[in-house]
Amino acid sequence: MKRRSPALAIAALLAACTPSPTTDADLPAADIQSGYAFLTAETQAMQNDSFANPGFLWVDLGSDLFESAADGAPSCVSCHSEGLAGVAATYPAIDEASGDLLNVEGRINRCRIRHQNLPALAYEGGELLALTAFIANQSAGTPISVSTTGASASHYRNGRDYFYTRRGQFNLSCHQCHDQNWGKRLRGDTISQGHGNGFPAYRLEWQTLGSLQRRIRDCDSGVRAEPKAFGDPAYIDLELYLSSRASGLEMESPAIRR
Amino acid sequence: MASIRLSVPQTARKGEVIELKALIQHPMESGYRRGSRGEQIPRNIITRFECLYDGEIVFSADFHPAIAADPFLTFYTRAVRSGTLAFRWTDQHGEMWSDTAALTVT
Repeated sequence: MKRRSPALAIAALLAACTPSPTTDADLPAADIQSGYAFLTAETQAMQNDSFANPGFLWVDLGSDLFESAADGAPSCVSCHSEGLAGVAATYPAIDEASGDLLNVEGRINRCRIRHQNLPALAYEGGELLALTAFIANQSAGTPISVSTTGASASHYRNGRDYFYTRRGQFNLSCHQCHDQNWGKRLRGDTISQGHGNGFPAYRLEWQTLGSLQRRIRDCDSGVRAEPKAFGDPAYIDLELYLSSRASGLEMESPAIRR
Repeated sequence: MASIRLSVPQTARKGEVIELKALIQHPMESGYRRGSRGEQIPRNIITRFECLYDGEIVFSADFHPAIAADPFLTFYTRAVRSGTLAFRWTDQHGEMWSDTAALTVT
């Protein structure tokens, strides 16, 4: 029998200790649960009732914006007459023309600049949230499925690194709460698995609809790290990793979250 | 312009009790909160809601700072005749938003 070299044995040991860069072994697919599963029955009922769910105020506004044309620019619907069902479930995705990784907000703003000759909308402004909610809502019920290969591969790795990197005065990584300790209690709440499938979501804490990046900024400031600016490439890469980690989970936007 | 969502049945039998729902987009800022720099965020709330059935008030409510953002009301009235249901919100500055729905009573 051929003896394995010590170097190979160490490499094998390291591989066993370090999570593989291409799988999400710390959250097995069978264990994936939407943030919905961590809500109280009352909050779930609020999300289920498409009338009582205040997120639909933004979906309604987004629908109007999608169909209206400003200052002679073509409307969104003039290109996307078939609607955008299922599209948001594949984002963040690579923009072929520029090679940039774009989330839904970034795609909307890219379309505005490129095809509508309109200025980009501000993050967390009412109009961008409304359009994002309207487009994401068309994917409600569609399982998340993003590409993490080819041009997306490096973004996926960056996002994954962000997720596993300890940060802030508390020296905590996303992974420690949302992979290792989900289901346990933190202050008065149950720690969720940290999926973005309900965003843009109406958070009761915010008393308004907000983007996934706003939620991520809250997590960063929660561990006493300095949040990055809205639309920062590191956050878009993180969104890609989050979507990949939530593969197969159904989209719920506009969801209600605590 | 604030977004408004109404749920009113299109038709009802005479004498039937019908459920009405009304949702409006509004921050309902309580006036008790402070911003990131410690400055007080001024109060900005809706103070009055009225529902008129053919011009007659069938439901009204006074709102106070403890009401959550995007206030959502569910209430009932008895269908007596075909007519218009008007929903009216007034804020503390006197600004008013309204929407109507038609009800056919058979």
